[in-house]
Amino acid sequence: MSVQPAISVTQARKAFGGLLAVNDVSFEVAPGELLGLIGPNGSGKTTMLNLISGALKPTSGSIALGGQTISGLPAHRIARAGIARTFQLVRILPSLSAEENVLAGAVFGHMRQWGGEARRAARDLLARVGLGGLGATPPSAMTYIDQKRLELARALAGNPRVLLLDEWLAGLNPSELKTGINLIAELRAEGRTIIMVEHVMDAIRSLCDRCVVMSSGALIAQGRVEDVLSDPEVVRAYLGGGDA
Amino acid sequence: MSAFSGREIRVFLAAAALALAAALPLADQGYYLSLAVNVAMYAVLCTAWALFSGPTHYISLATAAFFGLGAYTVGLGIDTVPFAALIAIAGLVSAIVAALVGLATLRLSGVYFVIFTLGLAELTRQVVTWLQTNFTTGVGLYVFTDLAERHIYWMLLALGAAVYLSGWLIARSRLGFAMRIIGNDETVAAHVGIDTAVSKVLLFMISGAFIGMVGAILAPRFAYIEPPAAFNPMISFQVVIMALLGGSQRLWGPLVGVIPFTILFDFVSGQFPNHTNLMIGAAFMLVVYFIPNGIVGVMERLRLRLGLRKTPSASGQEKAA
Repeated sequence: MSVQPAISVTQARKAFGGLLAVNDVSFEVAPGELLGLIGPNGSGKTTMLNLISGALKPTSGSIALGGQTISGLPAHRIARAGIARTFQLVRILPSLSAEENVLAGAVFGHMRQWGGEARRAARDLLARVGLGGLGATPPSAMTYIDQKRLELARALAGNPRVLLLDEWLAGLNPSELKTGINLIAELRAEGRTIIMVEHVMDAIRSLCDRCVVMSSGALIAQGRVEDVLSDPEVVRAYLGGGDA
Repeated sequence: MSAFSGREIRVFLAAAALALAAALPLADQGYYLSLAVNVAMYAVLCTAWALFSGPTHYISLATAAFFGLGAYTVGLGIDTVPFAALIAIAGLVSAIVAALVGLATLRLSGVYFVIFTLGLAELTRQVVTWLQTNFTTGVGLYVFTDLAERHIYWMLLALGAAVYLSGWLIARSRLGFAMRIIGNDETVAAHVGIDTAVSKVLLFMISGAFIGMVGAILAPRFAYIEPPAAFNPMISFQVVIMALLGGSQRLWGPLVGVIPFTILFDFVSGQFPNHTNLMIGAAFMLVVYFIPNGIVGVMERLRLRLGLRKTPSASGQEKAA
């Protein structure tokens, strides 16, 4: 193997009591790759993301970041090792200003900064995601897409090695969606390694290099997006019959 | 406006208030000084308590444990160790106990933590009593010093200044920023790389150390130290009530609760000595039901409401910019 994968998931399993949410899933993400993690509702995508970010610990199996095992570490150690994420239901810090929300990622994340340097970085990132000049705004006064942008800026603030996006595009209207897709495309062009859980098929088609498909906790297909989406098993599991 | 910034004016006002408070013994050495010692004691206790409980929302009833440990440190060492060193040792002992308790319990949430800290004060008291009855001649310790009421008062003021300075510095540190994030959303805090357990334990240690030092400073006032007085659980409850009455979200919040409550408590215990528990219970319910964010919370809501009337012009400016 020539290049060490950014993320390698080996036989990851997560059981909640008798329910197998993630069933011996293995895949790899190359550095600079944008991987789509797709599948029907309840297929274990978010659980998979939670295993990588440390929100949950795998029942068995292992996950490595650039060759270093991270599975089993607490979430804050994984964040410092270089994995940042956004949440399916947007999680802003309501009593902090927008700039402080981003600062949180810059101060404690993978690449740590403090003081004026961190504030400058936070302001730059706000501008980067389209919230330039809104640093003093309370995030609770922001629209849904702006809160999502804010969360993305916070995740980027620590300059992570891998970015996890959990349905970052969900709930956006068509024009916001276009803006959102462009933003992710820019991040990809920068060479960031990204795993995105997504239901928006347009985004998967236009953004992802590869995708992994999960169904009922198991990985049922992976590969180039157009190949995977025409795989009969994926069509059956994901689209529920021959209506693709 | 003026040549001074808001911060300079505030620092000046705080210094002036401290100087004025320090001059009190010159005016009276009797009742009012005694009352002022109580106010100063609870001001330091409540502010130190709120350093931890304000941002974390963990209600700690361990105040009596740290306070008693501080008093006992002085009781055990007063004949051999200088008093100033004993205060420092009391802070250190309390910080160590806080670290142990924190590591064991801060992973617990809410009500479990409350019960544990209440139990801790009782446990410490029982252990001290047991040690004394089995290994020493009596249950109590005598603390005789040359320190007068006014000296205790000045030491409390100095410690109070140290607590405020610490709180101010913490608020501007990474630790303070981490605590604000944890207070908002602990899951996010962990996912941006904050070791939430270590942050909370550190703050609990700082808070506990100051409380232990208050106990040490007050030991000479007791003259005779015995477990029921030093580890009196009422101290824990009163600290919670006063801090919540004032408001634990601002550094100066607890002080706003301490001053009226201590004076009222002094009056009630003087006029109706058998009804102090009733007063504490009633005060607790009133605070929790009617002003859960304290007097400071009420003040800020009023200010916000007044501010809202002005918003049309403010939002207009924002759009222009």
